[in-house]
Amino acid sequence: MSNSTLPDPPLLDSTAEAPRHTAYNAPAADSAPVTDTTGATLAGFRNAEDLIIPGVEDVVEESTSHHHPHGSDPVTSQTMVLNMGPQHPSTHGVLRLVLEVDGETVISLAPDIGYLHTGIEKTAEAKFYSQVTPLTDRIDYICPMTNNTAYALAVEKLLGLEIPERSQYLRVLLNELTRIQSHLVWLGTHAMDIGALTVFLYCFREREDILRIFEAISGQRMMSSYIRIGGVALEPPADIYDRIRKFLNAFPKHIEEYEGLLNANPIWIGRLKGVGVLSGEEAIALGVTGPPLRASGVDWDVRRDMPYSGYDKFKFNVPVSKDGDVWARYIVRMQEMRESVSICHQALDFLATLRDTRLNADAPKIVLPDREQMKTQMESLIHHFKIVTEGFQVPAGEATSSVEAPHGMMNYYVVSDGTAKPYRVHMRNADFANLQALETMCKGRLIADVVAVIGSIDIVLGAIDR
Amino acid sequence: MADPITNPATPDAIFGKQAVCEALADHAAVIGLKELILDAKWDRKELTLTVAPENIRAAAQAAKDAGYNFFEDVTAVDWYPAEPRFQVAYSILSMGLKQRIRINARVSGDDPRIDSITSIWPAANFYEREVFDLFGIHFPGHPRLTRIMMPDNWNGHPLRKDYPVEGYR
Repeated sequence: MSNSTLPDPPLLDSTAEAPRHTAYNAPAADSAPVTDTTGATLAGFRNAEDLIIPGVEDVVEESTSHHHPHGSDPVTSQTMVLNMGPQHPSTHGVLRLVLEVDGETVISLAPDIGYLHTGIEKTAEAKFYSQVTPLTDRIDYICPMTNNTAYALAVEKLLGLEIPERSQYLRVLLNELTRIQSHLVWLGTHAMDIGALTVFLYCFREREDILRIFEAISGQRMMSSYIRIGGVALEPPADIYDRIRKFLNAFPKHIEEYEGLLNANPIWIGRLKGVGVLSGEEAIALGVTGPPLRASGVDWDVRRDMPYSGYDKFKFNVPVSKDGDVWARYIVRMQEMRESVSICHQALDFLATLRDTRLNADAPKIVLPDREQMKTQMESLIHHFKIVTEGFQVPAGEATSSVEAPHGMMNYYVVSDGTAKPYRVHMRNADFANLQALETMCKGRLIADVVAVIGSIDIVLGAIDR
Repeated sequence: MADPITNPATPDAIFGKQAVCEALADHAAVIGLKELILDAKWDRKELTLTVAPENIRAAAQAAKDAGYNFFEDVTAVDWYPAEPRFQVAYSILSMGLKQRIRINARVSGDDPRIDSITSIWPAANFYEREVFDLFGIHFPGHPRLTRIMMPDNWNGHPLRKDYPVEGYR
C-alpha cells in the first residue's frame, strides 16, 4: 500500500455550519494570512486556536453538523464517530481516541486520558522525600532511572547538595542505557503496529540485556529506584562496567540489524514517509519536546543546551531532521541510540578514572549509610534510624529540574514548606504535551496513519495520567 | 547579556521586586515584564516573577515577546488555609536564551479563576484542564474546560489540601 499522496478532501455539505476546527477544510489560498491573537503572522501554521486538540464532546458535537438524516443522503457524504481504545493494542496503553471519520479519513480526533491516573502527585505529598523516589519509577515506567534522576535533581537543588562526580557519571551512564532501552521498546512496538513483527523480537532481545544490567546494579529490572537523593542507592557490582562495555560494543551491530530489516522495506517506507507531518512552529506552539521536536527541525536538547548531571563534559551530536514526519522521528531515534552508545562509552571512561572515589554526597543526615556502617557505627545507626522514621527536613522554597528523557523534556517541580514531606511535587512529562499534537498530525490522514503517528510520538500512558 | 546562572557576580538569593530588578537589570524577563511584576525572587538559580492574576495573559504575552517562546507547563500549589489560596505556577522556557522562568499568580480560594493562555500557547490546553480537574481553578477563555484525569462525575478536586489523601469514604 502507498500513502504517498493525500486522499482528496471529503465532500461536505457546503450549507452545513462550519466546524470550529476549520483546518479540516483546506484553507483558501487567497484568504488573509493567518495570525495569532497578537497579530503576528504565524508562517506555515494555522491559527493558534486551530492547533488546540478538541475534547471528546467537541468531536461528537461537531460530527452532528456533518451528519445527514439517515436515508436522505448517499453514504459517501456521511461521517462516523469511531471509538478507538482504551483497550487497543496499538494505543500503547490505555489511551482512548474518539475519531470522526469520513470513510477512512480522519476529520477530527480527541484523546480521552486518565484511565491510568493513580494520584501520584497527591500520594507524594503524604510521603517523606526519600519515599517519593519509588513512586517516580511508576510514572514513566519505561524509563524509571530518568524519573529518579529528575526527582533527585529537584530535591538536591532545594537542599543545595553537591553530588560527587562518580555519582553524576553513573547517572549519565544509566540514563543513556535507559534511553536505549526505551527506544528499543518504541522501535519494537512501533514496528509491530506497522506489521513488522520480527523487529519486536530483536529489540526485546537487546532490551533484555539492558534489563539484566539494571538488575545487577539495582536489584530490579524495571522499577529500579536506584538513583536517590544525594547520589545512588548502592555501589555498583565490580564486574558491571565490563558487562556494560561488552553490551555497548555489540550494540551498534544490532542497530544495523534493525535498520537492515526496515530501511529498505517498502511497507515500512510507505507507511512512514510523509505521514503525520508536524512543522517546527506547530511543535513549539503545542509544547512538543524530545525526538518529535528534533524531527521537526528544532535543534533543542536539554542535555546539551541546559546541561545537568555533568552532561556538559560529554561530546555528542544531537540528531535533527527537517522533515517532521513519522520517518524523520524514526531516523532521529535510531541516531540517538548511536549517540547514547557513545555517551555511555565516555561515561565508562570517566568512571574508570574515578574508581574508589566518593559515591554519594557527604550528607549523613540525608543519604542512608551503607549496611556495613549502619551495623557497626553508632552514629550511622542513629542517622539511619532518623532518616527512616522522621525523614529529613528540606529548606522551604521551590525548584524545577529538567532532564532530557527518552520521550522528551521531563521537569520536576518540587515545593517545600520546610518539613520532611514535599508540599507539592509536579511532573511535566513530555508525553502529556506531545499527545496534544496528535490531531494536528493526523487530520486529513487515514485511520491507519493514526496508528503510525501514535507509535512515532512514543507515549507512555503512565507518564500522561500519573 | 551575561547569563545569571553562570555569572559568578549574581548573588545566591535575591528577594523582592526592587532587589531583583536591580541585581538582574539586564535579564530579558525582568525587562519584558517590568510593568507587571508584583514580586520577584531569584532563588536557587531560578527566577520567579509574581504577577496579578488579572494580568496573566499580558504577562504571558510579554514573556513570549521577550523571547520566552516555549510554554512548558502550568500547575498550582494549594496554600490552604492561607489567602490568596492558590499559587498558579507557569514554567516558561526560552530556547534562544537557554533560560527558564517561572511566573506565579496567587488566586483566591473563594472563586478561583485566572484567564486561560491557550490563545497564546495552545500547549496550555491540557495543562489548564489538569489544573481545573485537580484544583478546581477555572480558566475563562479555555476552549473546553472539562475534567481530564478524573471521571466527569467525580466529587471534589483531589490535589486540594483539604481533600484527604486516601479519598472520601
